[in-house]
Amino acid sequence: MSFVHLIIFIPFVAALLIPFFYKYLSRIHTGWFVLPIPAVLFVRLAAEVPLVAQGEIFMHTMPWIPSLDINLAVCLDGLSLLFSLLILGIGTLVVLYSIFYLDKEHEALGNFYLYLLIFMGAMLGLVFSDHLMLLYAFWELTSVSSFLLIAYWYQRKKSRAGALKALFITIFGGLSMLAGFILLSSGMGTYSIREIIGSGKEVTLLPQFFPAMLLILLGAFTKSAQFPFHIWLPDAMEAPTPISAYLHSATMVKAGIYLVARLTPIFGGTMPWFWLVSLVGLVTLFWGSFSAVKQTDLKAMLAFSTVSQLGMIMCLLGLGSAALAEPLNIMSSLYPAAMLTAIFHLVNHSTFKGCLFMVVGIIDHNTGTRDIRKLGGLIRLMPLSFTMMMIGSFSMAGLPPFSGFLSKELFFTSVLHIARLDIFRLETWGVLFPVVAWVASIFTFVYCMILVFQTFLGKYQPQKLEREAYESSWGMLLPPLVLAVLTILFFFYPNVLADYLLLPALAAVLPNMAAADFGIEPILAWHGWTPELMMTIGVVLLGTLLYLTFPKWSRIYHQLPHWLTLNHAHDRFLSLGEKISLTTTKAYMTGFTRDYLAYIFLFMILLLGGGLFGQQNFSFDPTGNSPIEFYEVILVLVMISAALTVALAANRLTSIIALGVMGYVIAIFFVIFRAPDLALTQLVVETVTTALFLLCFYHLPKIKKEVVRLSFKITNLAISLGVGLIVTAMALSAQGHQLFPPISGFFENSYELAGANNMVNALLVDFRGFDTMLEITVFTIAGIGVYTLIKLRMSRRDSD
Amino acid sequence: MLKTILTLSLILISVAISLALFRVIKGPTIPDRVMALDAIGIYLIAAVAMLSVLLNTHAFFDVMLQLGILSFIGTTAYSRYLERGYLIERDHDR
Repeated sequence: MSFVHLIIFIPFVAALLIPFFYKYLSRIHTGWFVLPIPAVLFVRLAAEVPLVAQGEIFMHTMPWIPSLDINLAVCLDGLSLLFSLLILGIGTLVVLYSIFYLDKEHEALGNFYLYLLIFMGAMLGLVFSDHLMLLYAFWELTSVSSFLLIAYWYQRKKSRAGALKALFITIFGGLSMLAGFILLSSGMGTYSIREIIGSGKEVTLLPQFFPAMLLILLGAFTKSAQFPFHIWLPDAMEAPTPISAYLHSATMVKAGIYLVARLTPIFGGTMPWFWLVSLVGLVTLFWGSFSAVKQTDLKAMLAFSTVSQLGMIMCLLGLGSAALAEPLNIMSSLYPAAMLTAIFHLVNHSTFKGCLFMVVGIIDHNTGTRDIRKLGGLIRLMPLSFTMMMIGSFSMAGLPPFSGFLSKELFFTSVLHIARLDIFRLETWGVLFPVVAWVASIFTFVYCMILVFQTFLGKYQPQKLEREAYESSWGMLLPPLVLAVLTILFFFYPNVLADYLLLPALAAVLPNMAAADFGIEPILAWHGWTPELMMTIGVVLLGTLLYLTFPKWSRIYHQLPHWLTLNHAHDRFLSLGEKISLTTTKAYMTGFTRDYLAYIFLFMILLLGGGLFGQQNFSFDPTGNSPIEFYEVILVLVMISAALTVALAANRLTSIIALGVMGYVIAIFFVIFRAPDLALTQLVVETVTTALFLLCFYHLPKIKKEVVRLSFKITNLAISLGVGLIVTAMALSAQGHQLFPPISGFFENSYELAGANNMVNALLVDFRGFDTMLEITVFTIAGIGVYTLIKLRMSRRDSD
Repeated sequence: MLKTILTLSLILISVAISLALFRVIKGPTIPDRVMALDAIGIYLIAAVAMLSVLLNTHAFFDVMLQLGILSFIGTTAYSRYLERGYLIERDHDR
């Protein structure tokens, strides 16, 4: 048990204790008990930063299911350290925020912190796992705990719908990712990510390389809300705001990013990976920022902006993966730079988006609405919230002096230069990147401005608000304040962050490359009159213009018909699937026993007949058969006519009598084949059965001349003929194929072994008495059953 | 010689059974069928007896006795059913 294992398990153990704190110490807000956990873990992990920055990697393994080669293998390197610090740092702030956001009296706090701690532990486990199956287990645990958290207010219909949608999409991705993991590990013979990376380019030669990549990427894209799987994220905004801030901006949606970054050394450097990751990222970047502008709900706007920013990070990860391609060309330092930008923006996004969500939560909490059409003029009442909202938004828009400016400039650098490279056919399609990225940035700028100015400037409309707006307590303001300050700090000291956290993370994403090889220049706020700067100025100018003329051109958002949206496609897919399965089920589950019997017999004919005649297994060998006597022929003819009478009789009694004849003739056959015990039993049983039939038919109506469709009769006839034919053919075929001599010779010793003259009886009670015992049990059960059926019915009738 | 005669008688019995079966199938009334079934039972006793001689065994004597009892009981049960419409009286039927 290493300290990394402890860090993963402590949240789970704490989650177990939460209900006790909630129940027995209900006078204190449960959040106060939760707060120290992420804080202490954060400090403990932060102590590892200098060691990891020197390139140290902690690997620990604990046995879990050793016989299946599944163990709790954890690994602490630059990438997982960066993610875990984000999880724990923002986790601490979110818990602090939630203490003031959620009311002690009215909310089920025990549930909230229980789910939150499970999520935190799962997320930590996810980033520390070195074992693919362990990674998958924690991955699903984050999906489930996120489902629970989205539906925290389960009384609301929209919460439940959002949670269901998120679960549906992320579990779909998770399962496909599991399939990809299995393909990958079956090809490489190991589950350890580190070992697969260590085997170098061997993995690219696997036949299952491409399917595995596709399936794993599907998992990453669904979790990280990439196009077209982003639709669950805006609906997940029904969760409490601390959850939106934590899960749906800073941590869970970055799980897919983490996965892509973690597996880049395995899949990166190949053309499909490059194009899939970067193009999906680019499309998501554009579509997210385009859709965010039209939102009127602040949280929905932030959700789409999250989608867009995640797309940007994904795109950069795709561009950066080219660093692993061979042969390396002259400008190869560009790719590691793109990768570094991805990691840098990841940190930036977590800070400013967490801050923005918390501020929106404050507005919601203190005014009762999140609708920007009702808000306005809050700057006078909530100056601190305004300041923080401005810092977050401007950082998101990419304005100095906030950290977003740096990552956006670096992003432009990456996409600008990508067009000039000559690998992966970039010379033809590379120009796409800067153009789309620039347009997306303009939209980003527009919605950032809407976010700040429509909320805080303009006219204050108290009549539209549920309560009088007021500034929050310090407890609620402190967490976003910390994040806002960090946003500014990252702008002024980006290289401290880079040296201690980003470069070690980069070393984990691009192994086999020494830090010196990267040739990355330090991040600079000012690097001259470069094209990137021109692009940013263009973004600001055009963005301002678009913001000012927004009412004029916002009509374009209503041009797209409803039935063309992805949400509609999702709903339609689900309802169609439901309808199709309902129709199919109704089509064959008719409720008629006759139909089910027809299915069973048809399959019997198809399977057995196919096996017998399709494979040419039928053969008939009459040697060794005994001669057939003439009287036996007549008796068989009697049986056949009796059987036909049973089937064709117009009267129930005739059928019963004919059935009795059959039974008696069977008894005589037992005599002919020298089985006296069988004959005796058969006669008695036949008589009793006939008597029972008579007893039953006393209560039944006379057979009615049923009007049955001719097709029914014909299919019935065909099926019964088929079954008879198959069974006869099988019996004949089996009869001619005696592979081993019978074992009945042994039972001839029944007198010596069992002291019995009657071999059949010795077999029944001595050699194989166990069967007899169970047959007796069957009779007992049948008897009790009949008794109960009759008795219970009688008693009910009496009580009525 | 004995075997030939016995086989011949068995054939005759089988023919008798099939003729009785014709009555079972044809009817025309239920009592006709019941009578035919009773006859089949008796024929079977004879058949079993001849088979026992043919197979040179006395293992089937039980069968003959039982057939006699059962065909009596069976015929009685049918008759009772046809006459009264039920087999076993209940207290409230009396």
